[in-house]
Amino acid sequence: MIRQFTSAELLFLISSVRWTLLLSAIAFVGGATGGLLVAFARTSTWPWLRATAAGYIQIFQGTPLLMQLFLVFFGATFLGLNIDPLAAAAIGLTLNGAAFLGEIWRGCIQAIPKGQWEASTALGLHYFTRMKDIILPQAAKIAVAPTVGFLVLLVKSTSLASIIGFVELTRAGQIVNNATFRPFLVFGVVAVIYFILCWPLSLYSRHLEKKFGTVSR
Amino acid sequence: MNTAHEGQGHGHSEGQSPNLGAVAAPSKQSGPVMIRMEAVEKHYGTYHALKNVNLTVSLGERIVICGPSGSGKSTLIRCINALEHHQSGRIEVDGVEVGTSSKNLDKVRAEVGMVFQSFNLFPHLTVLQNCTLAPRKVRGLAPKEAEAIAMRYLERVRIPEQANKYPGQLSGGQQQRVAIARALCMSPKIMLFDEPTSALDPEMVKEVLDTMTSLAQDGMTMICVTHEMGFARQVADRVIFMDKGEIVEEGAPEDFFAHPKSERTRTFLGQILHH
Repeated sequence: MIRQFTSAELLFLISSVRWTLLLSAIAFVGGATGGLLVAFARTSTWPWLRATAAGYIQIFQGTPLLMQLFLVFFGATFLGLNIDPLAAAAIGLTLNGAAFLGEIWRGCIQAIPKGQWEASTALGLHYFTRMKDIILPQAAKIAVAPTVGFLVLLVKSTSLASIIGFVELTRAGQIVNNATFRPFLVFGVVAVIYFILCWPLSLYSRHLEKKFGTVSR
Repeated sequence: MNTAHEGQGHGHSEGQSPNLGAVAAPSKQSGPVMIRMEAVEKHYGTYHALKNVNLTVSLGERIVICGPSGSGKSTLIRCINALEHHQSGRIEVDGVEVGTSSKNLDKVRAEVGMVFQSFNLFPHLTVLQNCTLAPRKVRGLAPKEAEAIAMRYLERVRIPEQANKYPGQLSGGQQQRVAIARALCMSPKIMLFDEPTSALDPEMVKEVLDTMTSLAQDGMTMICVTHEMGFARQVADRVIFMDKGEIVEEGAPEDFFAHPKSERTRTFLGQILHH
């Protein structure tokens, strides 16, 4: 029997937003951690480490995110691991996010003038101190706007987790649509909710770009 | 680290470079040796940046290196603290060989201060923080102690009142004096200057040269890459002329400027002294 699209259905969609946000948060934290390591590897003085990180980035930028989620989800099953959809989606998005953030942050680290490296090296500072006290504080200013921009992309990317059966906003939309057969209305509402999540982030990103873009030195 | 190979032709040189046939520099070559470069070679790909460089610098000596751009002056001093790595030959700083181990590199860099053409102050740190960072992190000084030392050297370069400003708020001359103070805070035994006045507006050159002169008068061992020939005449014990990666000629400033031996030196001096 066909149900009506009532406030109960709307509430169901809205309550599923927390899963979208949870998945986004996990993937962002994981992706940021991995991304930092990838960025360090990409700017390393060891050629093999640079090449490994570059290969990693190429693989994850050169294949669809959906395939990556499939490979994690079905790959785990293939290996005999029983992985739940949230974990699979979080791992997939983390690996993907690490590649993209790593590449963004590599650019930010390399945008810091060579003289900053040389001066800190000449003073006898070691790699860790150079990174922590000299390079990263300056690179962070450049990185903040594109990073928030990536976060917008990530929130939208979580919709792909619906296909491996994780009930977040998009999957909730499919469930409601299956019961109501009002696809235009249902997915219209879902789209509006995504927009409400992402738009402020986009505005914030643009604001940060203005704030940090001009006054670097 | 891809550097000095043992057993690669050490042109054994005591003080003067045997390949020069140039003047015997009549300077403070008697004191303990602070820097010894023997048969140093450096290539960038196919480009031969340093050719058989032999140089000995004694404690308290003031050396000025001049030469046309691309002659290897900067490369030479950057090899001393291993900002660039030489491929063969031997470099010793205060008895420690540069390039064999990272432990040695730490020792050398802690003893050698460097001042750059483009200042390279840390723009996100105040003047005081610029000066205290390395003493705290490398020497392990307490913040208070490091600040006291920093203030002493900022007074020395006559800008203690700028301590809490950011580099971007200072003039070029002031920034370069901060850079000198920052290097001095590590109590280096040797100071390297890589064209310290080349990026400055003309009216600011003097304040930086005055600071360097006073440092020289206090007996600091220093090597300056510079085109300021007035400074060379007044301060240097020895002037070295480089061209195409080689030390072409060296001598005390009186001899060097009055009777340059090689044609290349004469041409170069002609170009920079009478333009």
